[in-house]
Amino acid sequence: MFNIFWMILKRDIKLALRRRSEVFTVLFFFIIVVSLFPLGVGFNEKMLQEIAPGVAWIAALLASMLALERLFANDYVDGTLEQMLLAPQPLSILVFAKMTAHWLLTGLPLVLVAPVVGVLYHLESDTVITMMLMLLLGTPILSMVGAIGAALTLGLRGGGVLISLLILPLYIPVLVYGAGAIAESRLQSGNIEPHILLLSAFLLLSLIFSPWATASALKISLE
Amino acid sequence: MSFSWFKYAAPINFYPFAGKVIPLFWFLAITLTGFGLYWGFFQTPDVLSDQKQYYRIIFVHVAASWMSMWLYAMMVFWGLIGLVFNTRLSFMMAKATSTTGALMAFIALVSGAVWGKVSWGTWWDWDPRLTMSLILLFLYIGYIALHSAIDNSRRADKASAVLSLVGLAIVPVIYYSVNCPNPNECGALHQESSFKGVESNILLGMLVTALGFWMYSFATILMRVRNIILEREINTKWVSEL
Repeated sequence: MFNIFWMILKRDIKLALRRRSEVFTVLFFFIIVVSLFPLGVGFNEKMLQEIAPGVAWIAALLASMLALERLFANDYVDGTLEQMLLAPQPLSILVFAKMTAHWLLTGLPLVLVAPVVGVLYHLESDTVITMMLMLLLGTPILSMVGAIGAALTLGLRGGGVLISLLILPLYIPVLVYGAGAIAESRLQSGNIEPHILLLSAFLLLSLIFSPWATASALKISLE
Repeated sequence: MSFSWFKYAAPINFYPFAGKVIPLFWFLAITLTGFGLYWGFFQTPDVLSDQKQYYRIIFVHVAASWMSMWLYAMMVFWGLIGLVFNTRLSFMMAKATSTTGALMAFIALVSGAVWGKVSWGTWWDWDPRLTMSLILLFLYIGYIALHSAIDNSRRADKASAVLSLVGLAIVPVIYYSVNCPNPNECGALHQESSFKGVESNILLGMLVTALGFWMYSFATILMRVRNIILEREINTKWVSEL
């Protein structure tokens, strides 16, 4: 079972690295969205620091959603997905490997690029570290919850817009606690432990349920 | 005497049965809502603590908010039954429920906005409850959008049932995060509500109206199910004989 997990993970990463531009598209989408906000709302340093947590998280939400469509689409088109459904190993393991690869390719780069947000929004280094930590905890949830939506809308016309309608409301807890912790860390007396614990709990919950829900959604879509 | 639990799970049996009970539900809906609103408008005090005449919108607002939540649960229930027993009719019920549920969520939001404008002086406030009803409306809209985006009705039914289940699983987490955006000082944010503080004749009006809204929902859901049955079974013999 671990064998198949590693195989799929390696395969997906290798495939993505052959077409590196796709990885960078998501990354630059994130950077562009983040850098457009100051142009829209003005360059007041205080205000930028205030809105930075929310802006960074919303950009992350949109960026990870942009990439969701590709999670299963290519495998669906060339028939690989149907072969995976027929594989003797449980589908949820295969799906979990695909989610992990997806996170490594779209979530992790966002975590690594977070210091850029810090520079653009005049954040202090402590705040940037909190932001990276929260993104590290939160982006896997985005990939896993989003995978359910990607599986449900597989092969539909206008799938991309549809996913956002289905999945964005479900992202709310991540947004609230992810951005909340960053805002909290800017206060003198701020305590971000509850945020971290709650987000970790949500992460564990989605680790358990999401591969299974995504697998059953895939079975429905490919029936 | 043998009783078959699944007799009315067949559209052919359910269609005439629903046709027979719809007038009954309409009658109950009109009487109960009429009585509840009459009671609420004429048999309750003019002024309610800090609220003036305009508090009477509560009789519509509370009933609609309750229905919007109950109908979501009902939609998930029918979807789940459909997934487990693979009965076509359950999915049709879930689909029919979603439209009425979205309508109720919309009525709750609009009546709340009107009430808020006169009472608080603003159409909208980011109060946990308001936010939650807005999110509930989004969930309904997502369900309806997914269902209508899929042409194959079998896949549409199952996919949207899974979506509503996932929604139900995450709703408690959303509810908590909206109620308590800052976990360090969560207790202060909670808005208390209980039956105890409500005068008994106001409560009577609210409950009877809510019951009337239930009956209205049943009536419209059954009417919609009958339409869906006709649409999907159009090629069968019994439909062409109607």
